[in-house]
Amino acid sequence: MGTSPALASTVVNDFSIQVATVNGSGSQTANTVLMRALFQMGIPVSGKNLFPSNIAGLPTWFTIRASKDGYIARKKEIDFLVAMNPETAREDVGKLEAGAAVVYDEPLKLNQTRSDLHFYPVPFDKLVAPVCPEARLRKLVRNMIYDGVVAHLLGIEMEEIRKALLKQFGAKKAKAAELNWNAVVAGRDFAAQNLEKTDRFAAERMAATAGKIIIDGNAATALGCMFAGVTVVTWYPITPSSSLVEALTGYLRRFRLDKETGRATFAVVQAEDELASIGMALGAGWAGARAMTATSGPGISLMSEFAGLGYYAEVPAVIVDVQRVGPSTGLPTRTAQGDLVSTAVLSHGDTKHPMLFPSSPAECFTMAMRAFDLAEAFQTPVFVMSDLDLGMNNWMSEPFPYPTEPIQRGKILSAADVERLGGFARYKETDGDGVGYRTLPGAGPGTAYFTRGSGHNEKAQYTEREDDYMNNMDRLARKFEAMRARVPAPQVEMNPKAHVGLVCFGTSRWAAEESREQLRREYGVETGYLRLRAYPFTSHLAEFIREHDRVYVIDQNRDAQLVLLMRMELEPELIARLRSVRYYGGLPLDARTVTDEIARQEGLR
Amino acid sequence: MNAAISQPAKKTNRIGLEVLPYKGSKTTLCAGCGHNAISERIVEAFYEMGVEPWSVAKFSGIGCSSKSPAYFLGMAHGFNAVHGRAPAIATGALVANRRLLGITVSGDGDTASIGIGQFVHMLRRNVRQVYVIENNGVYGLTKGQFSATADVGAKLKTGVVNDLQPIDCCVEAIQLGATMVARAFSGDKRQLLAILKAAIAHQGLSVIDVISPCVTFNDHEGSTKSYEYMKEHDEPAQEIDFVPAFEDIAVEIEEGQVREVRLHDGSRLMLKKLGRDYDPSDKLNALKAIHEAAADGHVLTGLLYLDTSRKHFIELLNLVDEPLATLPESRIRPPREALDEVMEELR
Repeated sequence: MGTSPALASTVVNDFSIQVATVNGSGSQTANTVLMRALFQMGIPVSGKNLFPSNIAGLPTWFTIRASKDGYIARKKEIDFLVAMNPETAREDVGKLEAGAAVVYDEPLKLNQTRSDLHFYPVPFDKLVAPVCPEARLRKLVRNMIYDGVVAHLLGIEMEEIRKALLKQFGAKKAKAAELNWNAVVAGRDFAAQNLEKTDRFAAERMAATAGKIIIDGNAATALGCMFAGVTVVTWYPITPSSSLVEALTGYLRRFRLDKETGRATFAVVQAEDELASIGMALGAGWAGARAMTATSGPGISLMSEFAGLGYYAEVPAVIVDVQRVGPSTGLPTRTAQGDLVSTAVLSHGDTKHPMLFPSSPAECFTMAMRAFDLAEAFQTPVFVMSDLDLGMNNWMSEPFPYPTEPIQRGKILSAADVERLGGFARYKETDGDGVGYRTLPGAGPGTAYFTRGSGHNEKAQYTEREDDYMNNMDRLARKFEAMRARVPAPQVEMNPKAHVGLVCFGTSRWAAEESREQLRREYGVETGYLRLRAYPFTSHLAEFIREHDRVYVIDQNRDAQLVLLMRMELEPELIARLRSVRYYGGLPLDARTVTDEIARQEGLR
Repeated sequence: MNAAISQPAKKTNRIGLEVLPYKGSKTTLCAGCGHNAISERIVEAFYEMGVEPWSVAKFSGIGCSSKSPAYFLGMAHGFNAVHGRAPAIATGALVANRRLLGITVSGDGDTASIGIGQFVHMLRRNVRQVYVIENNGVYGLTKGQFSATADVGAKLKTGVVNDLQPIDCCVEAIQLGATMVARAFSGDKRQLLAILKAAIAHQGLSVIDVISPCVTFNDHEGSTKSYEYMKEHDEPAQEIDFVPAFEDIAVEIEEGQVREVRLHDGSRLMLKKLGRDYDPSDKLNALKAIHEAAADGHVLTGLLYLDTSRKHFIELLNLVDEPLATLPESRIRPPREALDEVMEELR
């Protein structure tokens, strides 16, 4: 192998592996083990599961990227294909760039399709039979064989594969782990004896992942909610948010049962639909609970009516929106940033909602906590805008920091407070931030007020007077303004040499940051960078745009929703500097797409 | 509140409160509206039961009925939610604070049409609260359209006749999990008051469907929800006396004529036999009796179903005794070690 001329330009720790399988064939374990093994070798990795809305039978792909430079966006170019799905194999191979490697199921005869690729045929059925006598398990165990083959071809350490596999199965499933390990070894042995390495890609141990964790964004948000002190969780199952509440339920059962009584300091209520789930969250928030619900776009639409009531009646609640592609059947398991505009103004009448934009599991954790504090401080629904890529894929992360600030419960008066003050006016502004003081039901004599939607005066009395309504709406607008100073500020990287700026939010971060490097390296274009972390926008945004001639705004939706939101707030002179970079194909955004589009608009390609 | 005690001349209840703190603001509904009579009974029931008004939370959706929580228990927090969705708000609030006593006032449009989804799922959960349906068969605020509880053959003022099957909220409630189900007529003060008191004492969901005539849009000849119609067709299943736990009154029972039912708090319902021998613990017979009465052109009222054995939603959730809403940080934020433990597993 060492003498092969192709190895002269070996590419170390900079490749993407794509595994193409059929949904329901149990490949998830094999893919996770492969990703973990690379991670354990100290190589920065990311994994993207591109899966169908289906229990079994439709094609699914899993992309693992290893990047010595730490880039973790999806890589558009596939370097190493594992073709297990007869249905898509030829199309998958057709998309590869010259020089890519293909491990494939031998009967597919993919080596006849192209001559500019490195082909590695593997007789999976022949190899699996001896290591897995039980025929019905072969479909699952078969996938572990490609782990062994890929490990051998790329130089992934077998000991790390074994460690990852044992972690995946846990101590309770030692027998299953052993069965799968035997399949890995069979794959490795076959490759060692029969395959000659001709491609350029290789994995080598490095030390870039020490101390890091691997976690999906939904589990990270769940942890944030638990440490925020959530007490009432309501939900209706919907991909891609279901795993958030399932993870949260698991953590709560583990860490939030009263030590002495075994009773719960939380309630998780599975509602009949999203109308009910947000209604319950608002009812709980009104009664003083740290209340939340999690959903995705279709659920957000159903929550629209109640979101307006929450805004007008000023009730705290946290709503996590794990965004996905549009309505009904088709692409509900694909990622998007499609709910930005509809969520910002969700409901009827004049409504505006704060939104937080996590980009990583670490931000899922911290922003979930922040969301609860903001919701109670401003007595309003707060939306955390995650997406499927962030929520359901595994990400490397620094371990999460334990919160240093105490929980913020906002302005609440007790019966004693009300007595001392000689009464209270629920919707009266007293502190210059638009927020009144509230009491909780059950607090005692003298604390009651009546909660309604549009028609109430400062004392929460029924009114249809125009001055009462307008005064209240103006106060709500002031409250929204006051949030600007309290929401997370953007990540800003000014570059004195740059005339071009990039603005993005959420998971676009990873493609955007890699694209900046591509623009510099390939076109000599220097860029400034601003990643929004919340709506309403802080003053940083206008300042940033003012410093650049052209600002490219990256959106994972068709209609440039972030641009639309910015146009609602910015002065015309700044709006004129905005350009739009959009991707809406349902896959996690990649840097190449961003770079190509900016280069095109800059007249460079 | 203590002031009430020092006024011996004034009548007070067992916790020393006059009736005033149980009242609300002046009604804005039509004069003669059945809903006003229901509000009055609610005031009496909570007063006579000696419930602290500030421990109650009131909920409603949208409609004439849903305005009424403003007209009783002014010292209780209230939430006028969106149309048909009071059950969700109530469920969330009552889960957040298990010490609250919930009362929701809804209407037939609010419950049986736009809110039917939330209604049936509230039934399944057996959320402990008093759920009153002010049922007049029409939409009042939008000027007199049929609702889903209108009977077949019922006629609107405009002459339009309903030819769709009605939804019977009591039948739904019995079948889907409410543990106390009653029907009443707003014009029968005694029966409604006894049912409301029993509902306040009941440890579970009480659904009370109150036929409450709309004097403006549905009190004419041809209506099956008019005062006149109800006076002629009301068939009480039994005569109800409610004996609260705090009143140790011996009740004389005629052998075979009165059925005694005991609630969790020790209060008793004395159900005196009228026309038929009615056993409210028998689900199938309850449904049969409702259908039979309807077939005879009667509206069966009274305590239709009672199950004191089933756990309510808060019990099923296995919550701590204290309200979740006000648990201190030390009990809702796990310690640093918990986070360390999870982080270690993810390495």
